[in-house]
Amino acid sequence: MARITAGVTTSHVPAIGAALDRGEEKSDYWSPVFEGYEWSKKWIAEEQPDVVVLIYNDHASAFSLEMIPTFAIGCADEFAIADEGFGPRPVPKVIGHPELACHLAQSLILDEFDMTIMNQMEVDHGLTVPLSLMFGRVEAWPVRVVPLAVNVVQYPPPTGERCFKLGQALRRAIHSFDEDLNVQVWGTGGMSHQLQGPRAGLINQPFDHAFLENMNGDPDALRSITHLEYLREAGSEGIELVMWLVMRGALNPRCIELHRFYHVPASNTAVGHLILESPGDGERQ
Amino acid sequence: MSENEELDDIPGTTVFTAQRSHEGFALNQFCMSLKSAPNRERFKRDERAYLEEWPMSEAQKQAVLDRDYNRMITLGGNIYFIAKIFATDGQSFQTAAAAMTGMSVEDYAAMMLHGGRSPKGLRSKKSGD
Repeated sequence: MARITAGVTTSHVPAIGAALDRGEEKSDYWSPVFEGYEWSKKWIAEEQPDVVVLIYNDHASAFSLEMIPTFAIGCADEFAIADEGFGPRPVPKVIGHPELACHLAQSLILDEFDMTIMNQMEVDHGLTVPLSLMFGRVEAWPVRVVPLAVNVVQYPPPTGERCFKLGQALRRAIHSFDEDLNVQVWGTGGMSHQLQGPRAGLINQPFDHAFLENMNGDPDALRSITHLEYLREAGSEGIELVMWLVMRGALNPRCIELHRFYHVPASNTAVGHLILESPGDGERQ
Repeated sequence: MSENEELDDIPGTTVFTAQRSHEGFALNQFCMSLKSAPNRERFKRDERAYLEEWPMSEAQKQAVLDRDYNRMITLGGNIYFIAKIFATDGQSFQTAAAAMTGMSVEDYAAMMLHGGRSPKGLRSKKSGD
Protein backbone atom coordinates (compact mmCIF):
# COMPACT_ATOMS: atom_id res chain seq x y z
CA MET A 1 0.00 0.00 0.00
CA ALA A 2 0.99 3.63 -0.33
CA ARG A 3 2.43 5.09 2.87
CA ILE A 4 2.25 8.62 4.30
CA THR A 5 5.65 9.19 5.83
CA ALA A 6 5.69 12.88 6.61
CA GLY A 7 3.96 16.21 6.32
CA VAL A 8 5.41 19.58 5.42
CA THR A 9 3.83 22.97 5.89
CA THR A 10 5.20 26.14 4.38
CA SER A 11 4.18 29.60 3.31
CA HIS A 12 4.09 30.14 -0.45
CA VAL A 13 4.80 33.89 -0.78
CA PRO A 14 5.27 34.80 -4.48
CA ALA A 15 8.14 37.19 -3.69
CA ILE A 16 10.14 34.19 -2.41
CA GLY A 17 9.87 32.61 -5.86
CA ALA A 18 10.81 35.88 -7.53
CA ALA A 19 13.85 36.25 -5.23
CA LEU A 20 15.01 32.73 -6.07
CA ASP A 21 14.42 33.25 -9.79
CA ARG A 22 16.55 36.43 -9.66
CA GLY A 23 19.31 34.68 -7.69
CA GLU A 24 18.82 36.89 -4.61
CA GLU A 25 18.72 34.12 -2.02
CA LYS A 26 21.99 35.28 -0.45
CA SER A 27 20.87 38.91 -0.07
CA ASP A 28 20.53 40.43 3.40
CA TYR A 29 16.77 40.51 3.03
CA TRP A 30 16.24 36.98 1.72
CA SER A 31 19.01 34.87 3.26
CA PRO A 32 17.20 34.50 6.63
CA VAL A 33 14.22 33.02 4.75
CA PHE A 34 16.20 30.55 2.66
CA GLU A 35 18.41 29.53 5.59
CA GLY A 36 15.27 28.31 7.35
CA TYR A 37 14.92 25.68 4.61
CA GLU A 38 18.52 24.43 4.48
CA TRP A 39 17.87 21.58 6.90
CA SER A 40 14.66 20.73 5.02
CA LYS A 41 16.46 20.42 1.69
CA LYS A 42 18.97 17.97 3.16
CA TRP A 43 16.19 16.03 4.87
CA ILE A 44 14.08 15.65 1.74
CA ALA A 45 17.10 14.62 -0.34
CA GLU A 46 17.43 11.64 2.01
CA GLU A 47 13.72 10.93 2.26
CA GLN A 48 13.20 10.79 -1.51
CA PRO A 49 9.40 10.75 -1.50
CA ASP A 50 7.79 9.30 -4.61
CA VAL A 51 4.79 11.61 -4.55
CA VAL A 52 3.75 14.81 -2.80
CA VAL A 53 0.04 15.50 -2.38
CA LEU A 54 0.36 19.27 -2.37
CA ILE A 55 -2.44 21.25 -0.75
CA TYR A 56 -2.38 24.82 -2.04
CA ASN A 57 -4.61 27.53 -3.36
CA ASP A 58 -4.83 28.98 -6.81
CA HIS A 59 -4.49 32.79 -7.06
CA ALA A 60 -6.65 33.73 -10.06
CA SER A 61 -4.49 31.57 -12.33
CA ALA A 62 -6.34 28.34 -13.12
CA PHE A 63 -9.65 29.56 -11.71
CA SER A 64 -11.30 32.83 -12.64
CA LEU A 65 -14.59 33.73 -10.97
CA GLU A 66 -16.54 31.81 -13.61
CA MET A 67 -16.21 28.65 -11.55
CA ILE A 68 -14.92 28.39 -8.01
CA PRO A 69 -14.38 24.82 -6.83
CA THR A 70 -13.96 24.46 -3.08
CA PHE A 71 -11.74 21.38 -3.47
CA ALA A 72 -10.11 20.44 -6.79
CA ILE A 73 -7.68 17.60 -7.49
CA GLY A 74 -5.27 17.54 -10.44
CA CYS A 75 -5.44 14.24 -12.33
CA ALA A 76 -3.39 15.27 -15.38
CA ASP A 77 -0.06 13.80 -16.54
CA GLU A 78 1.57 17.18 -16.09
CA PHE A 79 0.79 20.75 -15.09
CA ALA A 80 2.11 23.81 -16.92
CA ILE A 81 3.41 26.86 -15.04
CA ALA A 82 0.92 29.74 -15.11
CA ASP A 83 1.64 33.28 -16.30
CA GLU A 84 0.52 35.37 -13.31
CA GLY A 85 0.94 38.71 -15.04
CA PHE A 86 4.72 38.86 -15.40
CA GLY A 87 5.42 35.70 -17.42
CA PRO A 88 5.59 32.14 -16.05
CA ARG A 89 8.22 31.39 -13.39
CA PRO A 90 11.29 29.80 -14.98
CA VAL A 91 10.80 26.49 -13.19
CA PRO A 92 10.23 22.97 -14.55
CA LYS A 93 6.73 21.83 -15.38
CA VAL A 94 5.11 19.75 -12.65
CA ILE A 95 4.74 16.02 -13.30
CA GLY A 96 1.57 14.50 -11.90
CA HIS A 97 0.68 11.00 -10.75
CA PRO A 98 -2.61 10.39 -12.57
CA GLU A 99 -3.09 6.82 -11.31
CA LEU A 100 -2.85 7.91 -7.67
CA ALA A 101 -4.78 11.15 -8.28
CA CYS A 102 -7.68 9.35 -9.97
CA HIS A 103 -7.79 6.83 -7.15
CA LEU A 104 -7.80 9.63 -4.59
CA ALA A 105 -10.57 11.49 -6.42
CA GLN A 106 -12.74 8.37 -6.56
CA SER A 107 -12.06 7.42 -2.97
CA LEU A 108 -12.63 10.95 -1.62
CA ILE A 109 -15.92 11.42 -3.46
CA LEU A 110 -17.23 8.07 -2.23
CA ASP A 111 -16.04 9.17 1.24
CA GLU A 112 -18.40 12.18 0.86
CA PHE A 113 -15.89 14.86 -0.21
CA ASP A 114 -17.20 16.27 -3.48
CA MET A 115 -13.96 16.91 -5.34
CA THR A 116 -13.73 18.76 -8.64
CA ILE A 117 -11.59 16.72 -11.04
CA MET A 118 -9.06 18.71 -13.07
CA ASN A 119 -7.79 16.95 -16.21
CA GLN A 120 -5.99 20.09 -17.31
CA MET A 121 -4.74 22.83 -15.01
CA GLU A 122 -2.00 25.41 -14.82
CA VAL A 123 -0.31 25.85 -11.45
CA ASP A 124 0.93 29.08 -9.92
CA HIS A 125 3.24 30.24 -7.12
CA GLY A 126 0.97 28.60 -4.54
CA LEU A 127 2.29 25.25 -5.74
CA THR A 128 5.70 26.09 -7.22
CA VAL A 129 7.14 28.21 -4.38
CA PRO A 130 6.90 25.33 -1.87
CA LEU A 131 8.63 23.04 -4.40
CA SER A 132 11.36 25.66 -4.88
CA LEU A 133 11.85 26.09 -1.15
CA MET A 134 12.19 22.35 -0.58
CA PHE A 135 14.19 21.41 -3.70
CA GLY A 136 15.93 24.64 -4.73
CA ARG A 137 16.75 25.37 -8.37
CA VAL A 138 16.51 22.14 -10.34
CA GLU A 139 16.26 21.02 -13.98
CA ALA A 140 13.34 18.74 -13.14
CA TRP A 141 11.35 18.34 -9.90
CA PRO A 142 12.58 15.15 -8.21
CA VAL A 143 9.08 14.14 -7.17
CA ARG A 144 5.67 13.61 -8.73
CA VAL A 145 2.92 15.88 -7.47
CA VAL A 146 -0.81 15.52 -6.97
CA PRO A 147 -2.09 19.11 -6.73
CA LEU A 148 -5.05 19.59 -4.41
CA ALA A 149 -6.42 23.12 -4.68
CA VAL A 150 -8.54 24.63 -1.91
CA ASN A 151 -10.56 27.78 -2.51
CA VAL A 152 -9.44 30.52 -0.14
CA VAL A 153 -9.98 33.43 -2.57
CA GLN A 154 -13.77 33.54 -2.55
CA TYR A 155 -15.28 33.82 0.94
CA PRO A 156 -16.06 31.50 2.57
CA PRO A 157 -13.30 28.91 2.23
CA PRO A 158 -14.09 25.50 3.67
CA THR A 159 -13.90 25.51 7.46
CA GLY A 160 -10.80 24.33 9.28
CA GLU A 161 -12.80 21.40 10.59
CA ARG A 162 -13.84 20.42 7.07
CA CYS A 163 -10.23 20.67 5.90
CA PHE A 164 -9.04 18.49 8.77
CA LYS A 165 -11.65 15.87 7.89
CA LEU A 166 -10.62 16.02 4.23
CA GLY A 167 -7.11 15.22 5.44
CA GLN A 168 -8.42 12.21 7.34
CA ALA A 169 -10.25 11.02 4.22
CA LEU A 170 -7.08 11.61 2.21
CA ARG A 171 -5.25 9.36 4.64
CA ARG A 172 -7.76 6.55 4.08
CA ALA A 173 -7.57 7.10 0.32
CA ILE A 174 -3.77 7.00 0.18
CA HIS A 175 -3.67 3.87 2.32
CA SER A 176 -6.05 2.09 -0.04
CA PHE A 177 -3.80 2.63 -3.08
CA ASP A 178 -2.17 -0.68 -3.95
CA GLU A 179 1.22 0.46 -5.17
CA ASP A 180 3.98 0.87 -2.61
CA LEU A 181 4.65 4.58 -2.64
CA ASN A 182 6.36 6.93 -0.19
CA VAL A 183 3.86 9.81 -0.05
CA GLN A 184 4.22 13.13 1.69
CA VAL A 185 1.36 15.56 2.24
CA TRP A 186 2.19 19.26 2.18
CA GLY A 187 -0.05 22.06 3.44
CA THR A 188 0.88 25.50 2.17
CA GLY A 189 -0.03 29.17 2.61
CA GLY A 190 -0.09 31.50 5.60
CA MET A 191 0.95 32.41 8.12
CA SER A 192 -0.58 35.70 9.30
CA HIS A 193 -0.83 38.28 6.53
CA GLN A 194 -3.20 40.75 4.98
CA LEU A 195 -2.66 41.97 1.43
CA GLN A 196 -5.59 44.32 1.01
CA GLY A 197 -6.97 47.60 2.30
CA PRO A 198 -5.79 49.97 5.04
CA ARG A 199 -5.08 47.02 7.38
CA ALA A 200 -2.55 45.49 4.93
CA GLY A 201 0.70 44.43 6.58
CA LEU A 202 -0.97 42.84 9.58
CA ILE A 203 1.18 40.23 11.31
CA ASN A 204 0.23 38.40 14.51
CA GLN A 205 3.28 36.60 15.86
CA PRO A 206 1.63 35.24 19.04
CA PHE A 207 -1.16 33.72 16.93
CA ASP A 208 1.36 32.19 14.52
CA HIS A 209 3.54 30.72 17.27
CA ALA A 210 0.52 29.18 18.97
CA PHE A 211 -0.59 27.72 15.63
CA LEU A 212 2.85 26.23 14.99
CA GLU A 213 2.93 24.76 18.47
CA ASN A 214 -0.55 23.25 18.24
CA MET A 215 0.01 21.67 14.82
CA ASN A 216 1.70 18.82 16.63
CA GLY A 217 0.84 19.48 20.27
CA ASP A 218 -2.90 19.97 20.08
CA PRO A 219 -4.30 19.91 16.53
CA ASP A 220 -7.84 19.56 17.87
CA ALA A 221 -7.52 23.10 19.22
CA LEU A 222 -6.91 24.34 15.66
CA ARG A 223 -9.92 22.59 14.14
CA SER A 224 -12.40 24.89 15.86
CA ILE A 225 -10.84 28.22 14.85
CA THR A 226 -13.63 30.10 13.09
CA HIS A 227 -13.23 32.10 9.88
CA LEU A 228 -13.98 35.26 11.84
CA GLU A 229 -11.11 34.50 14.20
CA TYR A 230 -8.70 33.92 11.31
CA LEU A 231 -9.80 37.18 9.71
CA ARG A 232 -9.50 39.21 12.90
CA GLU A 233 -6.32 37.61 14.25
CA ALA A 234 -4.33 36.44 11.23
CA GLY A 235 -5.49 38.88 8.55
CA SER A 236 -7.76 38.42 5.57
CA GLU A 237 -5.20 36.22 3.78
CA GLY A 238 -4.10 34.42 6.94
CA ILE A 239 -7.24 32.33 6.52
CA GLU A 240 -5.08 30.24 4.15
CA LEU A 241 -3.96 28.40 7.28
CA VAL A 242 -6.99 26.12 6.92
CA MET A 243 -4.91 24.34 4.25
CA TRP A 244 -2.37 23.31 6.88
CA LEU A 245 -5.17 21.39 8.58
CA VAL A 246 -5.68 19.17 5.51
CA MET A 247 -2.08 18.10 5.90
CA ARG A 248 -2.46 17.58 9.64
CA GLY A 249 -5.60 15.48 9.24
CA ALA A 250 -3.74 13.22 6.81
CA LEU A 251 -0.98 12.39 9.29
CA ASN A 252 -0.86 10.11 12.28
CA PRO A 253 -2.55 11.79 15.27
CA ARG A 254 0.82 11.47 16.99
CA CYS A 255 3.68 12.90 14.99
CA ILE A 256 7.26 13.83 15.65
CA GLU A 257 8.22 17.41 14.94
CA LEU A 258 11.49 17.32 13.01
CA HIS A 259 11.84 20.97 12.06
CA ARG A 260 10.26 24.33 12.75
CA PHE A 261 11.01 27.72 11.24
CA TYR A 262 9.37 31.13 11.54
CA HIS A 263 10.43 34.46 10.09
CA VAL A 264 8.94 37.92 9.57
CA PRO A 265 8.78 39.33 6.95
CA ALA A 266 8.78 37.95 3.45
CA SER A 267 7.27 40.88 1.60
CA ASN A 268 3.90 41.24 3.41
CA THR A 269 3.83 37.86 5.11
CA ALA A 270 4.95 35.85 8.12
CA VAL A 271 6.74 32.73 6.90
CA GLY A 272 6.07 29.53 8.82
CA HIS A 273 7.44 26.08 8.08
CA LEU A 274 7.10 22.71 9.82
CA ILE A 275 8.16 19.16 9.08
CA LEU A 276 6.25 16.46 10.92
CA GLU A 277 7.21 12.81 10.69
CA SER A 278 4.17 10.56 10.63
CA PRO A 279 5.13 7.25 12.20
CA GLY A 280 3.34 3.96 11.84
CA ASP A 281 3.00 3.51 8.11
CA GLY A 282 5.60 0.76 8.05
CA GLU A 283 8.72 0.25 6.02
CA ARG A 284 8.89 -0.05 2.27
CA GLN A 285 7.55 -3.46 1.25
CA MET B 1 -24.48 40.64 14.87
CA SER B 2 -25.27 38.73 11.66
CA GLU B 3 -22.36 37.04 9.94
CA ASN B 4 -22.03 39.78 7.33
CA GLU B 5 -22.15 42.47 10.04
CA GLU B 6 -19.34 40.63 11.81
CA LEU B 7 -17.30 40.55 8.58
CA ASP B 8 -17.89 44.26 8.01
CA ASP B 9 -16.86 44.96 11.62
CA ILE B 10 -13.18 44.26 10.87
CA PRO B 11 -11.38 47.58 10.35
CA GLY B 12 -9.69 48.27 7.02
CA THR B 13 -10.79 44.95 5.55
CA THR B 14 -13.20 43.95 2.80
CA VAL B 15 -14.19 40.30 2.83
CA PHE B 16 -14.76 38.96 -0.68
CA THR B 17 -18.24 37.51 -0.29
CA ALA B 18 -20.26 35.93 -3.10
CA GLN B 19 -22.28 39.16 -3.33
CA ARG B 20 -19.09 41.22 -3.87
CA SER B 21 -17.86 38.60 -6.34
CA HIS B 22 -21.09 39.08 -8.28
CA GLU B 23 -20.72 42.87 -8.30
CA GLY B 24 -17.09 42.72 -9.32
CA PHE B 25 -17.34 39.95 -11.89
CA ALA B 26 -16.57 42.02 -14.99
CA LEU B 27 -13.77 43.95 -13.24
CA ASN B 28 -12.15 40.72 -12.07
CA GLN B 29 -12.57 39.06 -15.47
CA PHE B 30 -10.80 42.05 -17.04
CA CYS B 31 -7.97 41.57 -14.51
CA MET B 32 -7.83 37.86 -15.36
CA SER B 33 -7.35 38.70 -19.04
CA LEU B 34 -3.99 40.27 -18.12
CA LYS B 35 -2.60 36.77 -17.62
CA SER B 36 -1.96 36.85 -21.36
CA ALA B 37 1.11 38.77 -22.57
CA PRO B 38 -0.58 40.00 -25.82
CA ASN B 39 -3.49 41.32 -23.71
CA ARG B 40 -1.06 43.12 -21.39
CA GLU B 41 0.51 44.79 -24.42
CA ARG B 42 -2.87 45.88 -25.79
CA PHE B 43 -3.90 47.21 -22.37
CA LYS B 44 -0.66 49.17 -21.98
CA ARG B 45 -0.99 50.64 -25.47
CA ASP B 46 -4.45 52.11 -24.83
CA GLU B 47 -5.89 51.43 -21.38
CA ARG B 48 -9.20 53.19 -21.95
CA ALA B 49 -9.85 51.39 -25.24
CA TYR B 50 -9.05 48.01 -23.65
CA LEU B 51 -11.35 48.72 -20.69
CA GLU B 52 -14.18 49.61 -23.06
CA GLU B 53 -14.19 45.98 -24.20
CA TRP B 54 -15.45 44.89 -20.77
CA PRO B 55 -18.97 45.33 -19.35
CA MET B 56 -17.61 47.21 -16.32
CA SER B 57 -19.18 50.23 -14.66
CA GLU B 58 -17.62 53.60 -15.40
CA ALA B 59 -16.58 53.81 -11.74
CA GLN B 60 -14.74 50.49 -12.03
CA LYS B 61 -12.97 51.62 -15.20
CA GLN B 62 -11.96 54.92 -13.62
CA ALA B 63 -10.62 53.14 -10.53
CA VAL B 64 -8.42 51.01 -12.81
CA LEU B 65 -7.17 54.04 -14.74
CA ASP B 66 -6.44 55.77 -11.40
CA ARG B 67 -4.79 52.61 -9.99
CA ASP B 68 -6.96 53.19 -6.94
CA TYR B 69 -6.78 49.68 -5.47
CA ASN B 70 -8.97 50.41 -2.45
CA ARG B 71 -11.67 51.79 -4.71
CA MET B 72 -11.45 48.71 -6.93
CA ILE B 73 -11.94 46.54 -3.83
CA THR B 74 -14.96 48.64 -2.79
CA LEU B 75 -16.38 48.06 -6.28
CA GLY B 76 -16.04 44.28 -6.10
CA GLY B 77 -12.41 43.77 -7.07
CA ASN B 78 -10.50 40.93 -5.45
CA ILE B 79 -6.88 41.47 -4.46
CA TYR B 80 -5.55 38.40 -6.30
CA PHE B 81 -7.22 39.59 -9.49
CA ILE B 82 -6.14 43.20 -8.98
CA ALA B 83 -2.60 41.82 -8.59
CA LYS B 84 -2.61 41.17 -12.35
CA ILE B 85 -2.85 44.96 -12.88
CA PHE B 86 0.14 45.80 -10.74
CA ALA B 87 2.08 42.84 -12.15
CA THR B 88 1.39 44.33 -15.59
CA ASP B 89 2.70 47.65 -14.25
CA GLY B 90 5.86 45.88 -13.03
CA GLN B 91 5.06 46.74 -9.42
CA SER B 92 5.64 44.50 -6.42
CA PHE B 93 2.90 43.32 -4.09
CA GLN B 94 4.56 45.29 -1.31
CA THR B 95 4.40 48.54 -3.28
CA ALA B 96 0.71 47.97 -3.96
CA ALA B 97 0.04 47.04 -0.34
CA ALA B 98 1.77 50.22 0.83
CA ALA B 99 -0.44 52.26 -1.52
CA MET B 100 -3.57 50.70 -0.02
CA THR B 101 -2.51 51.67 3.49
CA GLY B 102 -1.71 55.24 2.55
CA MET B 103 1.89 54.78 3.73
CA SER B 104 5.01 55.50 1.71
CA VAL B 105 6.76 52.44 0.30
CA GLU B 106 9.72 53.12 2.62
CA ASP B 107 7.59 53.45 5.75
CA TYR B 108 5.59 50.35 4.90
CA ALA B 109 8.74 48.30 4.23
CA ALA B 110 10.20 49.50 7.55
CA MET B 111 7.00 48.51 9.37
CA MET B 112 7.22 45.01 7.90
CA LEU B 113 10.89 44.69 8.86
CA HIS B 114 9.92 45.61 12.41
CA GLY B 115 7.38 42.79 12.65
CA GLY B 116 4.43 44.14 10.68
CA ARG B 117 1.22 45.82 11.75
CA SER B 118 -0.06 44.69 15.14
CA PRO B 119 -3.69 43.53 15.23
CA LYS B 120 -4.12 45.49 18.47
CA GLY B 121 -7.02 47.89 18.05
CA LEU B 122 -7.70 46.52 14.55
CA ARG B 123 -9.81 43.49 15.37
CA SER B 124 -13.21 45.11 15.68
CA LYS B 125 -14.64 48.54 14.84
CA LYS B 126 -17.33 48.10 17.47
CA SER B 127 -15.25 47.00 20.44
CA GLY B 128 -12.11 48.88 19.44
CA ASP B 129 -10.12 45.80 20.47
